[in-house]
Amino acid sequence: MKSWFKSGSPWIWMTAGAVSLSLISVLGLLLMIAWRGLSFFWPADVYEFNLEQGQATHKIIGEVYDREEVSAKRLREAGFTIPQSQGENVERLLVKTGNREFVELDFRWILETDIQSAEKRSGIAVFERSKNGNFYGYVDHVVIDGQRADSAKLDSVIERAVEINEQALDLQNDEIGSINYRLEKIRLEQRALELENELTDEIKAEYQAEIDGLNKSYQSYEKQLFKLRQAADRDAVVVKDMRGELVTIPAAQILDVHFPNDMSVLDKTARFFVQIGKFVSDDPREANTEGGVFPAIFGTVFMVILMAVIVTPFGVIAAIYLHEYAAKNNVTKVIRIAVINLAGVPSIVYGVFGLGFFVYMLGGSIDELFYPEALPNPTFGTPGVIWSALTLAILTLPVVIVSTEEGMSRIPSSLRQGSLALGATKAETLWRIIIPMASPAIMTGLILAVARAAGEVAPLMLVGVVKMAPTLPLDGNFPFIHIDRKFMHLGFHIYDVGFQSPNVEAARPLVYATAFLLVTVIVALNITAIGIRNHLREKYKSLEH
Amino acid sequence: MLQITTQTNNQNFIRNLKDKVAKYGVTTGGIMVLVALLLIFFYLLYVVQPIFDDVSIDHKLDVAIEQPEKTLALGLDDHVETAFRLTSDNKMEFYQLAGEDSGQAITAFDIDLDSDAVAFAQSMAHLNQYAYVSENNQLLVASPKFKLGFANNKRQITPQIIYPLTEQGIELDSSSQIEKFAFAVNSEAGGVIYQNRDGEINFVRLDAEVNFMTDETEWLQMQAQLPVIQGAVDYLLITADVSRAFVIQNGQLYVFNIRDPENISLVSKSQVVDYKNKITATSLLGGANSIVIADSSGEISQWFEVNGEKGRRFEKIRSFKSSQPQTALYPEYFRRSFVSVDNQGKLGVYYTTSQAELFNGPITQGNIKTLSIAPRADAYILQSNKTIQVFEVHNEHPEVTWSALWNEVWYEGYSEPDYVWQSTSASDDFESKFSLVPITFGTIKAAFYAMLFSVPIALAAAIYTAYFMPAKIRTLVKPTVEIMEALPTVILGFLAGLWLAPLIETHLAALSVLVILLPVSILLVAFVWHNLPQTVRNALPEGWDSIILIPVIVCLSWACISLSPWLNDVMFDGDVRLFITDELGISFDQRNSLVVGIAMGFAVIPTIFSIAEDAVFSVPKHLSQGSLALGASQWQTLVRVVLLTASPGIFSAVMMGLGRAVGETMIVLMATGNTPIMDWSVFQGMRTLSANIAVEMPESEVGSTHYRILFLAAFVLFVFTFVFNTIAEFVRQRLRDKYSSL
Repeated sequence: MKSWFKSGSPWIWMTAGAVSLSLISVLGLLLMIAWRGLSFFWPADVYEFNLEQGQATHKIIGEVYDREEVSAKRLREAGFTIPQSQGENVERLLVKTGNREFVELDFRWILETDIQSAEKRSGIAVFERSKNGNFYGYVDHVVIDGQRADSAKLDSVIERAVEINEQALDLQNDEIGSINYRLEKIRLEQRALELENELTDEIKAEYQAEIDGLNKSYQSYEKQLFKLRQAADRDAVVVKDMRGELVTIPAAQILDVHFPNDMSVLDKTARFFVQIGKFVSDDPREANTEGGVFPAIFGTVFMVILMAVIVTPFGVIAAIYLHEYAAKNNVTKVIRIAVINLAGVPSIVYGVFGLGFFVYMLGGSIDELFYPEALPNPTFGTPGVIWSALTLAILTLPVVIVSTEEGMSRIPSSLRQGSLALGATKAETLWRIIIPMASPAIMTGLILAVARAAGEVAPLMLVGVVKMAPTLPLDGNFPFIHIDRKFMHLGFHIYDVGFQSPNVEAARPLVYATAFLLVTVIVALNITAIGIRNHLREKYKSLEH
Repeated sequence: MLQITTQTNNQNFIRNLKDKVAKYGVTTGGIMVLVALLLIFFYLLYVVQPIFDDVSIDHKLDVAIEQPEKTLALGLDDHVETAFRLTSDNKMEFYQLAGEDSGQAITAFDIDLDSDAVAFAQSMAHLNQYAYVSENNQLLVASPKFKLGFANNKRQITPQIIYPLTEQGIELDSSSQIEKFAFAVNSEAGGVIYQNRDGEINFVRLDAEVNFMTDETEWLQMQAQLPVIQGAVDYLLITADVSRAFVIQNGQLYVFNIRDPENISLVSKSQVVDYKNKITATSLLGGANSIVIADSSGEISQWFEVNGEKGRRFEKIRSFKSSQPQTALYPEYFRRSFVSVDNQGKLGVYYTTSQAELFNGPITQGNIKTLSIAPRADAYILQSNKTIQVFEVHNEHPEVTWSALWNEVWYEGYSEPDYVWQSTSASDDFESKFSLVPITFGTIKAAFYAMLFSVPIALAAAIYTAYFMPAKIRTLVKPTVEIMEALPTVILGFLAGLWLAPLIETHLAALSVLVILLPVSILLVAFVWHNLPQTVRNALPEGWDSIILIPVIVCLSWACISLSPWLNDVMFDGDVRLFITDELGISFDQRNSLVVGIAMGFAVIPTIFSIAEDAVFSVPKHLSQGSLALGASQWQTLVRVVLLTASPGIFSAVMMGLGRAVGETMIVLMATGNTPIMDWSVFQGMRTLSANIAVEMPESEVGSTHYRILFLAAFVLFVFTFVFNTIAEFVRQRLRDKYSSL
């Protein structure tokens, strides 16, 4: 035993333990996010619980969200009646009951000891609604145009309502949205002319004519919209809820219905993928706690592309300068170390810089010079997607520079010398030999930069991200790309929904799903980058010999 | 032939030109990018710098006046465009300060008293009210008003006069003529304390009542005599909200609670100057919680109410020394800053809270008769000798000094000096408290717990991976751990706040048992393994130890968690939170340092692991092989040769990790309660520099002191991480050079 300790082998085992611990936590974390994120989409069974609390009995319909063990003693102290036959601990279940307008809380804890029976009864329908969250209950009948109809028509009723709602939404966003945009533009144009004292009565009349025309078409669209809304309100579904009462749900509020207890595994799988699709492509609802994350995905991608466009040329030029043109002396060395260290500067510092320099100083000057008509409302002098992209470009610049330089230093000098010896100029060598060979390294740097930018939240909170952006930075109104707009971001979405939303419990699965999405994208990007880098190393290793 | 040569010459020329263009283009571009990066440093500095600027007071213009001896008080409007003067013959005169007619009189209003004025007083500066009392004890309060209008698209300011206590004023019910008084009037209530020729000191409470017939406001009076004091007093002061009255008599300060006129009580009585000195000037500071008192020895002291051992009473908090006795003190509207003047034209500007003397020196010739500070404290107007002079003042950030940021400061209402960060509040006369100490402390605390958790695990894992692990597994393990580095911290923060924090709260017992059992069980497995027959041991290739341990650790953790309710009962009497708060007397936050330590440690592990692993791995193989060949055991070789050689690299790994832990924002933002407290307790949260910026930056007003201090916090973070990383990088580069020579 003593000699065993002296041999040091136990300590080696301890270091091995640290490796195992790291691996377990990394993999465990990824698996947990994946599991929790994906199980959100799987249609869960809906139970009907008969509860008995003291003398009273009642029924609860809902999905089981979570379960945990609680000490029986504590519960008794808190005033619950727990039979003595029960051991030290009691299991309790977190049930999502939905039906938010009829119960105080759409989530509630129930004790296992209170449960008389729990059945997965067939026929329980889960309605996804545009307001008040899910509704659970048995479909009683359907009302079509005021007439009672058979519940078999449920699907067609909902399909019709969803379609009409979609039309209404399209009308509102596209036609009416563009009229409003144009009206605002006219107001600004008029103001601009007024500021320059060029607003003659003639021009005024012209604008007025356009405004009148727009208002007219606005009214006709509005009429159409009201007609559509009326049409959508025609039907309703009558549902028996867990209190045993009949509740009429207007079809216009229903987005989707499914009967989880009657679904086969195949059906569930199909629905699983449909739900994922909806999550990725839908707009958020109910203060971001329901619906999809499409605007956040779009915002993230748009900002990252903008950033990549900015960071690539600058990063590559700086790397070429450092590696090819700068004198090989201590100053260059110091600069190189400084650049590497900038990658370690906290991201919030870049956010502060971005806010002060880009938003207030640069943006403020742009507003004064080019958008005086909108003042005091800022156009560029307020956080927006362009400033976010610029801030993150500065943040990721060191990543691109370091990666590109590393790629260039791996190119054997024989190739460079060969090219020069054949009479090529330095620029030609650079353009024909060095850059093409370093392109995978540039790519790696760019991917790493993109991965970092996609996951960064702290600086964005200062320079342009919002919890709910009314419009995307890209739309059908000239000039189509609106780089001054604020945008939504997946990472900030996680922070906002997980920590600022009024109903954290309801939002939690959605946050896990969003986190899973973000992690998948970032891990995939990183693995690609690592793959390219390793491939590159192998390639040049063979060139050296 | 000739043609070809010219063509090649031409081509060569173009090629050379391109080469030159590329060279200069890349050089300029590269240098510009590097300069842009440098810009961050200088821009932060540029924003921060004004808070350490000195106060400057520059003469702006003179205003010629008639009958200068009649001046009672002066004042300025919000934008320093108009000045006004109140005279002893009951006039309010306005003067233009901006534009072409600057220095000219605009208008004058007569204030109609029923007889000659015998006493004059002005309210606290921010109320901007001036009052006369006539021989018949009529009190008339006047206040200037500046009406902003746009005529022909041009901004125009029209001065007006308003009478808060109606144009007729009110008759005070005094038995003899009033000699001295102080007053304050708000929209609904007002108050006057006065002393008359008989020596009585009375308080009159005024309440506005709207007559529903005529719709006019009538002021009801309620008079009461102040208790305790007798004889002639030196100074009378009253707060703007009519809740406190201050009376100074023979070096004694009496403070009365006058909220209820029927029940006036003495709050505090203190000797405020030495017996041999006399009080030369006094004034209430903005917010009316403090009084400043100047005495004949040249000392100016600040007093406010402190809840001490002897109950609530006014105490001397700090004092400023000047060589001359000060003749008058003028407070700013809102800040805890004041100006003092002496009779030789010298002027001192002080900020009480930071105990800073911001300016002291002569600015004009002769005796400063009266002075007034502009509402935004960006100008002074004063009368010395026979002219009125206006001075432009730059004093934007008096509350910040280096020592106020880093030392204990005694704030109004606090019982002792303390480090406080409290930047905003709902109340208007709130004084922001900017001490960087609590948030720097929070940063260090968070980083400390994170390092405590991550350094042992990361270094041990790095050593094993680099030195014992076979190459095949290493190529899998290293990227797996490094992927963690790319994981967005917002996700770690979210998991820490919403998953780990409740988990730790319910399973604290299980986790503490796990911390002890984990090493023990690893050793146990190792010992069992050691005693297994050789054939079994040989079945597993060397370096697979960590793979065997994975199921062990997983099973152990699972066992601990499932035994958790039982462990909780045994160790914590059933409820962790209750036990810790009641039995141990430590307050318990669900989102505490333990959660931050683990979550942030988790984020730091890959940084440390990756660099340390590289350092250990790049130790030349012949060194360790030589040691092994000389008979040293694996462990001896590792400790005595490999680690020693790699130690600079390991040091730089820890430094890099520390740099990351210090600047991490999202994890601390989400996993702590973000309260700026100073407490090393594991079960309490903290607020860090970075989280503080993230929380407060969006709400701070551009250019304000708060904004600049947040920039300072960012600058501190920048410099701190930059220095740490530079040291680390430098050490690493030197190590690399050393190895390449070996």
